[in-house]
Amino acid sequence: MSELNSALEHPTYNYKVVRQFAVMTVVWGIVGMLVGVLIAAQLAWPALNMGVEWLHFGRLRPLHTNAVIFAFGGCALFATSYYIVQRTCQVRLISDGLAAMTFWGWQLVILCAAISLPMGWTSGKEYAELEWPIDLLITVVWVLYAIVFFGTIIKRKVKHIYVANWFLGSFIITVAVLHIMNSMAIPVAATKSYSVYAGTVDAMVQWWYGHNAVGFFLTAGFLGMMYYFVPKQAERPVYSYRLSIVHFWALVAVYIWAGPHHLHYTALPDWAQSLGMVMSLILLAPSWGGMINGMMTLSGAWHKLRTDPILRFLVVSLSFYGMSTFEGPMMSIKTVNALSHYTDWTIGHVHSGALGWVAMISIGCLYHLFPILFGKERMYSISLINTHFWMSTIGTVLYIASMWVNGIMQGLMWRAYNQDGTLTYSFVESVAASYPGYVVRVLGGAIFFAGMLVMAYNVYMTARKDVEAQPAPAAASVA
Amino acid sequence: MDINDLRGLSTVFLMITFIGMCFWAYDKKRKKSFDDAANLPFADEEMNQRTMQEEIKNG
Repeated sequence: MSELNSALEHPTYNYKVVRQFAVMTVVWGIVGMLVGVLIAAQLAWPALNMGVEWLHFGRLRPLHTNAVIFAFGGCALFATSYYIVQRTCQVRLISDGLAAMTFWGWQLVILCAAISLPMGWTSGKEYAELEWPIDLLITVVWVLYAIVFFGTIIKRKVKHIYVANWFLGSFIITVAVLHIMNSMAIPVAATKSYSVYAGTVDAMVQWWYGHNAVGFFLTAGFLGMMYYFVPKQAERPVYSYRLSIVHFWALVAVYIWAGPHHLHYTALPDWAQSLGMVMSLILLAPSWGGMINGMMTLSGAWHKLRTDPILRFLVVSLSFYGMSTFEGPMMSIKTVNALSHYTDWTIGHVHSGALGWVAMISIGCLYHLFPILFGKERMYSISLINTHFWMSTIGTVLYIASMWVNGIMQGLMWRAYNQDGTLTYSFVESVAASYPGYVVRVLGGAIFFAGMLVMAYNVYMTARKDVEAQPAPAAASVA
Repeated sequence: MDINDLRGLSTVFLMITFIGMCFWAYDKKRKKSFDDAANLPFADEEMNQRTMQEEIKNG
């Protein structure tokens, strides 16, 4: 009884669920990126599927995307959103039990994905491949997530709802709507269903979902992270709170319309394509609003970059965010898209966002979080964080540069034709010409993946009770 | 009046909403309250410390 009273008078946060999700972020990051490296290698050396159907590119590719987006990115979002909502509302999560259910439920979803995708059970919708029983499970977990998150906001002890929670809240609501709308299907067996939509409508619903998975799962959610951890790590409030409000509403209002740019020059009506293109161009402004706000938070504190590799992770991730949100609108222009679409340029663009922005901001936030979650002063080794930072940066740059070269080359080869109207190159010639780029991509991806192993070691050593943190290195040796 | 007038009007409506929101956000009256909000990440160190101590105690 006395313990109960003390808990009421001296409330604490629920860090257990944050810690669980944070650790699983690293685990799933390693798994998902390893699969990524394997399938990248398969594109360079196709024999690496070893003739086994479960290791075929077509089955492992959705496993890779689901693992890095929903397992790695998802766990990072769960961990940070539960942490941020508690700390900025100054109140414990509304229910420890429900929070634990979201953790185990989400791990179960990931496990089901890891089994069903290599088995070839798929609904065939990109980034929504999971079959209907798993879709139902996701829906349940997501509703619980929304209850925990918004319930905690409702019982907050402060007047304001901090801006990070607006971004995280919009991410939770929109992903729920997108998931339910796009997963509407008629089951014909436990492992097979067919979409209720048909033809062009199906394609439009799919890319409305697909692009907003990028916009809300991979952007709004991670901007929520940014709005808490960048000020925290830089030890100064966000540059402009007003800008954050304006760019939040502009971002959520515009993103939802950009999906049709995935369907340029298809059966989608021309006006819808143009609408998607224009909305994508407008999207540059609110996207850069977020980048500028994050970057400028460091004004007056730039010197911290010299000594703090965690801050470097956060700032470089914002740079990649700015780069890919410039590249995206440019690629949505129909004439540019005529060159870039269906080439490796798209894959390069995605990874500029996924490795450069999503992964690097998550990694930076996790390095901030782990010492707190394990009750330590700081991470076991600051210099290993710095090593990881350079591995991530170099890996990302190698990856996207090789895909730019490959993509533009493929686009130019496919559109080249002779004077008599025949094509200059056969498709397989463009595949052969892509080989060096594919090898460089394997290299870049492998370096990024190896960085995650460095992180896992550092996290393990930070978690161990009997190990003291290494002395913080002098500024000069880090820089 | 046909559906296209409605489409045009919805654009005007959104434009006005956006401009109105900018004025609302940049109104001097709200500066103090936004400054308070911006400092929320730094306002709960006590509860964080207590949680960390509790966690160490409970192993």
